[in-house]
Amino acid sequence: MTIRGKAFIAGIYEHPLREIPDRSNSQIHAEVAAGALADAGLSFSDVDAYFCDSSAGFGPLSMADYLGLRLTHVDSTETGGSSYVVHVGHAAEAIAAGKCQVALITLAGRPRSAAMAGRPGGGGATPDMVFEGLWGMSGAVTGYAMAATRHMHEFGTTSAQLAEVKVAASLHAQHNPNAFLQEPMTVEEVLESPMISSPLRRDDCCVVTDGGGALIVVSPEVARDLSRVSAKILGHGEAIKHADNGRLDLTYTGAVVSGPRAFEEAGVTQADIDYASIYDSFTITVIETLEDLGFCAKGEGGRFVLDGALVAPDGRLPFNTDGGGLCNNHPSNRGGITKVIEAVRQLRGEAHPAVQVPDCTIALAHGTGGSIGTRMGSSTLILGTEDA
Amino acid sequence: MSTTLPTPVPVSLPETEEFWAATAEGKLLLRRCDDCGIPIWYPRPFCPVCGSFRTSWSEASGRGTVYTFTVVHRSGIPGYREALPYVVAYVELAEGPRVMTNIVDCEPDDVVVGMPVRVVFHDTGQGSALYRFQPDPTATDDGS
Repeated sequence: MTIRGKAFIAGIYEHPLREIPDRSNSQIHAEVAAGALADAGLSFSDVDAYFCDSSAGFGPLSMADYLGLRLTHVDSTETGGSSYVVHVGHAAEAIAAGKCQVALITLAGRPRSAAMAGRPGGGGATPDMVFEGLWGMSGAVTGYAMAATRHMHEFGTTSAQLAEVKVAASLHAQHNPNAFLQEPMTVEEVLESPMISSPLRRDDCCVVTDGGGALIVVSPEVARDLSRVSAKILGHGEAIKHADNGRLDLTYTGAVVSGPRAFEEAGVTQADIDYASIYDSFTITVIETLEDLGFCAKGEGGRFVLDGALVAPDGRLPFNTDGGGLCNNHPSNRGGITKVIEAVRQLRGEAHPAVQVPDCTIALAHGTGGSIGTRMGSSTLILGTEDA
Repeated sequence: MSTTLPTPVPVSLPETEEFWAATAEGKLLLRRCDDCGIPIWYPRPFCPVCGSFRTSWSEASGRGTVYTFTVVHRSGIPGYREALPYVVAYVELAEGPRVMTNIVDCEPDDVVVGMPVRVVFHDTGQGSALYRFQPDPTATDDGS
């Protein structure tokens, strides 16, 4: 069975705020859910499936209760920031199998305003956490920095090449009035920002923002009756890459598995991708993911991003036209949902005119969760216009 | 400098009790699979390679090379934030596994990928010690 053409993304919503000191997580989940349903032209009573990560409370139960949903299908798969890209694939599978018609996916969090309440992994007593919790790993950046060191060692990737990724994101973010960082940056400015965990500097890191987002995935029958333009789901892949019995290789990501599966199901190649949302927790995340998705050979990511390759609308592979996690938004320290949202905007022709890719018919959204420095979830989604 | 790194007490789980007890005596143990022979990391009584539950302890050589590392310049972790800058690394043990650790007893800027290192133990005072690694001047120059 394939999900190709069996489901559509009919509604999207990105919370406009980046700092939300006065609302609960549940409130933000509710607001983004309402926003995505309104975008689709649907209501809460239409929803028969709900997907969330651990930001929502007790699995799917808390928000089902809060929102008064009547559900026949739920999924609370937790793969960190890639969860929502996984959820789109699982929603399409469930719709294709006749389990549901209208799936709601939400994310919310307030890392800017509050300590990371409700997130897993903070010192849980599993051996992996114990053996990695002793050495001063200072947030996610430490693991990604070790990946960057190794990538530089094996392939000659440079800090200036990493900086190009941030610069491209900043050139897009200047057109997004909601972006957390809206000033265009230069490579020199990125290289002058303070070192956080070598070789990664402050500007190699994504922003820390409150907020969230939501998606509505529906059956072809439901999509047909809506006035709003939907994005067709063409292909999906997911994978867990773990430490492999201590033989971990930090120069690649789970995209080496999720990418080919998504391309195969979609029946398209890298050359067909008009726009790509690439998870950008850190600049190195983008470099490795571009290689693993086959946009360039392994080790060539640093050279691939030169000469404005990622800059919309004319670059070889326009990416993250909302400004990405690096400049726009990384709600709940998780960027997967905004990756799907911007891909749908591009396919609808509703990205900012300055960064809208002309005739965008095939788009890719890739999520990364956990850490490329230890264990991670990867998920690749390929979308098309309604007639793709 | 690295000698001032804190010594947080590891949470001991049933399957790692002997591992941590051995560190207090200056021994780095590796769990090995009795069926396929591969050293297992992190320690667990299950072989993730062949699926066997027949495993046993053996002592590691305590030698290896730096697979990768980062010099941490910003940290909010109590104890560590007072010790900035410090080095977090993966050391590839001579037996194969790449283990997360700190590199100590040298300037952070002197650490390079491939550098030979040997284990040192920093006692927690609670029946365990942290395995960290220092430059190994006795190593032959065959680090990769």
